[in-house]
Amino acid sequence: MFNAVHLYFRYLGVSVRSQLQYRASFIMMSLGQLAATGIEFVSVWVLFGHFGSLEGWSLAEVAVFYGLVNIAYSFSDAAARGFDLFGAMVKSGDFDRLLLRPRSTALQLAGQELTLKRIGRLAQGNTVLLWGSAQLGLAWTPTRLALAAGAIIGGACIFYGLFVLQATLAFWTTESLEIVNSVTAGGVQTTQYPLAIYQRWMRRFFTFVVPLACASYFPVVAILGHPDPLGSPVWLQWLAPLAGPAFLALALQVWKIGVRHYTSTGS
Amino acid sequence: MRGYWALVSARFRMLLQYRAAAVGGFGTQLFFGLILIMVYEAFYRSSSAPQPLPYADVVTYVWLGQGLLAMLPWNVDAEIRALVRSGNVAYELLRPIDLYNAWYCRALAWRTAPTLLRSVPLFVVAGLFFGLRPPASPAGAAAFLVAMLGALLLGCAITTLMNISLLWTTSDDGIALLLPAAVLVFSGMMVPLPLFPAWAQRILYLLPFRGLIDVPFRLYVGNIPPAECLPLFAQQLAWTAALVLLGRWLLERGKRRLVVQGG
Repeated sequence: MFNAVHLYFRYLGVSVRSQLQYRASFIMMSLGQLAATGIEFVSVWVLFGHFGSLEGWSLAEVAVFYGLVNIAYSFSDAAARGFDLFGAMVKSGDFDRLLLRPRSTALQLAGQELTLKRIGRLAQGNTVLLWGSAQLGLAWTPTRLALAAGAIIGGACIFYGLFVLQATLAFWTTESLEIVNSVTAGGVQTTQYPLAIYQRWMRRFFTFVVPLACASYFPVVAILGHPDPLGSPVWLQWLAPLAGPAFLALALQVWKIGVRHYTSTGS
Repeated sequence: MRGYWALVSARFRMLLQYRAAAVGGFGTQLFFGLILIMVYEAFYRSSSAPQPLPYADVVTYVWLGQGLLAMLPWNVDAEIRALVRSGNVAYELLRPIDLYNAWYCRALAWRTAPTLLRSVPLFVVAGLFFGLRPPASPAGAAAFLVAMLGALLLGCAITTLMNISLLWTTSDDGIALLLPAAVLVFSGMMVPLPLFPAWAQRILYLLPFRGLIDVPFRLYVGNIPPAECLPLFAQQLAWTAALVLLGRWLLERGKRRLVVQGG
């Protein structure tokens, strides 16, 4: 276990050093990401400017939802590159090489790359989050920090689990399927707004099937101290982010089944 | 002329083969459309003031946007990027046709075939179950079709411009990352332009991007009366001409300073 963690950080170190060889490109891409994702918040801002409020939620409150989910997504998006590109690996037969090495395949894929340019989205999420909490006059007490950390870790786990599941599908389809991607992107889009505004089937989907709301909506409601229109008790808001690690663990189990099913395409 | 037509139709037929991708795209766009509509529904519930764009029109607008998303100039052509990276772009220069026209023709096929595959099933499903309504009037429908043709020509000019920028950047960072973000917001794809603050609308109505989404979609729902369409068509064409000229000029400069990578 210790050895695996050590190896993982060695992998990441190599990836980071290689990306920093192209410093200008890294800076350009990060700034590009910052601007490209920053412009997404413009649409939220425009809608609030026009309508004033969203069923009792203010722009600053939505900014906290938006910021936290974007931070969580940026972490897993940066760390899950290996799984994201896995379809190509199955297609070319390169996955065989990973199977020959005396380490778990999930570890090797996880260590493939830490995509530094995702720092653009991270910075954007942070800016929106800090702006929102400053507007609301939220003090970052240890309780709130703990909830925010739980939301970010839980959310990152769920997004990571989705990347793993998307890669797992490639064992059967050899092609990365856009459909899982749409759940990921749709999840970011959905949880940027409070869950309470959606119709019931959508709320259930993102609570029980892909439990993203457990790692964004419920802890954020506790951070904001906003009474939950869905009526969730406070203890649940605290425990909900645990759904994240559980989802990731489940996804990794499915991954193991997929690996057992693998037949090489290579010659 | 016949050569270019052959180029468009060959690529068009090739792109029609990617039907599995279209099924995935259909699912994605359906899901996103439903999310967006629920967000609008909640916003419209929150305000009792009269709206510049009624809720039912926004629903139709969202579905049009999801169906026609692939027509927007929102990414660079991966094959041209690969050509520039590998140095094989040199072969493109050898062909006995005008390079700008050839790339523009590629863009025409690339922005229509996938859109056709995705939009038809999406419009059927959204029309039957999720509130996509037919055009406001026959005149509106005709104006919409003409405006969509204008939007296609304009969008391909922007796509070609992005592809040309690859000659400088060789990867799709920089302009090819920023321009799509501008396209999505300024065209009215993310939020319909009538919902923007008045000062922003004045600027956005001057930019080329409104010709991509705002003009055709509002003609469709009847938010812009068909009688007002002529100056809007003229604006689409004027911007298209300007961007084509800019693209031609940049491509000439790019060709002169092009260093072919690889041996």
